[in-house]
Amino acid sequence: MSDPGAQALAFFNDRYRIDPTVMSSLLSIALSRGGDFAELFFEHRTNSAIQWEDQRVKSASRNVAQGVGIRVVKGDAIGYAYTESLDVAAMRRAAETASRIGTSDERPVPIDATPYVASEGSFYRFDEPLTDEPPAAKVALLDRADRAARAYDSSIARLDASIGDEVKYVMVARSDGKVVGDVQPLIRFNVSALSQKGESRQVARTGGGGRLGIEYFDAVTTPETLAIEAARQAVLQQDAREAPAGTLPVVLAAGDSGVLLHEAVGHGLEADFNRKGTSNYTGRVGQPVASPLVTVVDDGTIADSRGSINVDDEGNPTTRNVLIEDGTLRGYLHDEVSARHFGVTPSGSGRRQTFKDYIMPRMTNTFMLPGQDTPEDIIRAVDRGIYAVSYSGGQVNISNGDFVFSVTEAYMIEDGKLTSSLRNVMLIGNGPDVLSKVTRVANDYQLSDGRWTCGKDGQSVPVGVGMPTVLVSGITVGGTKV
Amino acid sequence: MRNEGPTPLDIARRAVQLAQAAGAEQCDAIVSMYTESNVTVRLGELEKLIEAGSMSLGLRVINGGRTAVCSTSDLSPAALERFAAETVELAAISEPDEFAGLPEPALLAIDVSAAGLALYDERLESLTTEQKIQMAKACEGAAFAADPRINNTDGASLSTRIGEVALANSLGFAGAYPATTVSLVVEAIADDAEGKKRNGYWYSAERSLHRLADPEEIGRIAARRTIDQLGARKVATCQVPVVFEPMMAVSLVGDLVGCATGSALYRGATFLAGRTGQAIGSSLVTITDDPSIPGRFGSRPFDGEGVATRRNAVMEAGVFRGFLFDCYTARRTGNDTTGSAQRGIESLPAPGPSNLIFGAGLTPPEEVIAGVSNGLYLTTLMGSGFNPTTGDYSRGAGGFWIENGRIAYPVTEINISGRMDAMLADIDSVGTDLAWFGSSAAPTVRVREMTVSGT
Repeated sequence: MSDPGAQALAFFNDRYRIDPTVMSSLLSIALSRGGDFAELFFEHRTNSAIQWEDQRVKSASRNVAQGVGIRVVKGDAIGYAYTESLDVAAMRRAAETASRIGTSDERPVPIDATPYVASEGSFYRFDEPLTDEPPAAKVALLDRADRAARAYDSSIARLDASIGDEVKYVMVARSDGKVVGDVQPLIRFNVSALSQKGESRQVARTGGGGRLGIEYFDAVTTPETLAIEAARQAVLQQDAREAPAGTLPVVLAAGDSGVLLHEAVGHGLEADFNRKGTSNYTGRVGQPVASPLVTVVDDGTIADSRGSINVDDEGNPTTRNVLIEDGTLRGYLHDEVSARHFGVTPSGSGRRQTFKDYIMPRMTNTFMLPGQDTPEDIIRAVDRGIYAVSYSGGQVNISNGDFVFSVTEAYMIEDGKLTSSLRNVMLIGNGPDVLSKVTRVANDYQLSDGRWTCGKDGQSVPVGVGMPTVLVSGITVGGTKV
Repeated sequence: MRNEGPTPLDIARRAVQLAQAAGAEQCDAIVSMYTESNVTVRLGELEKLIEAGSMSLGLRVINGGRTAVCSTSDLSPAALERFAAETVELAAISEPDEFAGLPEPALLAIDVSAAGLALYDERLESLTTEQKIQMAKACEGAAFAADPRINNTDGASLSTRIGEVALANSLGFAGAYPATTVSLVVEAIADDAEGKKRNGYWYSAERSLHRLADPEEIGRIAARRTIDQLGARKVATCQVPVVFEPMMAVSLVGDLVGCATGSALYRGATFLAGRTGQAIGSSLVTITDDPSIPGRFGSRPFDGEGVATRRNAVMEAGVFRGFLFDCYTARRTGNDTTGSAQRGIESLPAPGPSNLIFGAGLTPPEEVIAGVSNGLYLTTLMGSGFNPTTGDYSRGAGGFWIENGRIAYPVTEINISGRMDAMLADIDSVGTDLAWFGSSAAPTVRVREMTVSGT
């Protein structure tokens, strides 16, 4: 796929006859009541999935959605409308509806929409959309996962799995004349394993994926690897001890622990919250907000990663944004509205779930840069604490940074050694507080395999997270054992 | 609701006919049509204005036990024909499943009318943008006016949705009903010590405008919930009684009923497996699934497969009465459907609750609190730390500390944990103050002892 931008523009032109003339006229209507900026977001999305249960294909699904979202910006305010129908009359009605955020009398605003090639390359790898793969190839992957999990341990009584993929054609036409396109692939493989020993049942889930086609298997990982990981975690839970309750040192393992960074820090640095003064990071650019060991980056340009995109949903190229550098806050993640408000360049962070949803500043791939320590030395330094490895999710209160995480794989650290595995571990804390308590950072940075989805205002977008091994001197651990 | 083209039911029937013509043995189609609006006001100014409409179709085909489900929003006649044929083709990928199939014809709803359920409010059709802006402004304004320490908001947002859902299947079932929703939410913010911010939100969501709470009342409650959190602190780790305010008790009921579905049962992913008929909760716990209550979000004349809905007892005086089933999970586990199929456009039916009611008790809520000498009054839950398979429950929490039967001070950054079955058995006081949140209702509920993790 040499030029996804040109391919997307051709797609909408060939299939729906949406050409620069049509786009210019819609943008003109959108701005006719005095808006500052307008854009059209065209989307055609195909999702396919195969569900696997009881050692066979339970069902197959295919969902197709298409439409255009039209936004008009006036100061900090937005008018928004969408339509699933891509005929000119329906799109004109939507443009008219969105225009009403402006309050002046109607007057034509001439706009000259011009196709624009953002970049030559692409951050995705896929030759053919996976959606067009013969189903047998996908079923074979599910079957391989099933066999591997059952072979791993005789207690694995059940394996549910699914393979899902998406191909999304997008085209953004803006009132500054720029027209940009992209073709975004996404593959996702989910596994859930049930371990049954007598009356005791434990379920563990895992998954992986990225902005690839079927070459994700076996270039990045195998179905066996993912299935065995779920099976291993389910079996591990069988003998896990109750977690302690109270405040303890916590070693966050490399990779998945990046989800903590995403929740505890990332959301608070999305500029919409700071524009509104509702984030605990408001007005703190240039100030220390973390231990000097901490550098946090959001980078939408990592090849094949689930959070990467060539251009954001406002047509701006994604970039590498340093958010916190050696503990000092350097900047926020911006969309067009917040960038205009703060008088800065958009950071390629404007994202939306679908054409029906409005744009917000969102993360792409968010991670902490590696430090000098080794993970072994970090664990050895802890007398009594927790080693947190994988997570099922988390939540943050943006206004004050309070967060919680559910940890699905965790161990006690006793006298510098990992001892028993723990179940039912929650980590509760405050983002800025935890970042100030980072006392060691290891050299073993990893990006988590692509399985994270970020939710904000009811909108879900795929993201990546990453982390080196880190020691936090104290986090509240929500266990049952007092 | 205005509609110029074919109705949702026309399209659902047409999709069924086309799928049958393409070789489908059994099929059903669901169509959802709606117009939505959102008005957000912040600092007294209009910040967001959204208006749009949508119609999309979901089609399920079952051929020889092989299932496919597809969705599309391209409903032009030519596209529909191609879509139906593709769905039939896709079913061949699946493997035969003896339990897959439409409902037995005798179970299908005969009376498909939602007329008695008060799900639609015509007044929402004529509510103007200006009126919506005024309601949002009144709500946010009341939050600011309630206390000078409220110095910011995340905006007040009024949303409406006017829609219709239609279902048709190859057994001849056809039903459709219109429904509306209106909601108003505001989040108020105040500055606390050490640069921390405190926030509290409140909302009202109803099917009819006349049942929506007074916008100013919503604003005042959000302000009070924010101000009450000023000075919140951690507490030492301990084991104490936890009083769930009604909104939190609703969350507890939701977690429990997630374990009481046929899907969780056949997957072995519920701690309730094999416990039907057993006393699990204390005698104060009665939980009912009731789709027949007028004006509620979960009310419906037929379920996502066209089966007549009915009232289901989930727990009666602590005794677990059984699971909620759709047709597939019922057949699979040797049960009967409870008319509990939920159905999205893009997915297969799966069982879930309609309206859930945790029955009110006999104790005034003040007395539920007064009975606690040292414990937590819970007003916030965070994260998803509930394991349905084992019943292990662990959630981030916030609220107020109770000392000697009185609310003493706000608490934050703590965690509560226990096991769902032990928590239900430990419920020792239930309030009279039943309150609705979305499709669920609960009163104040006290659990005798849970672990609170803090410093």
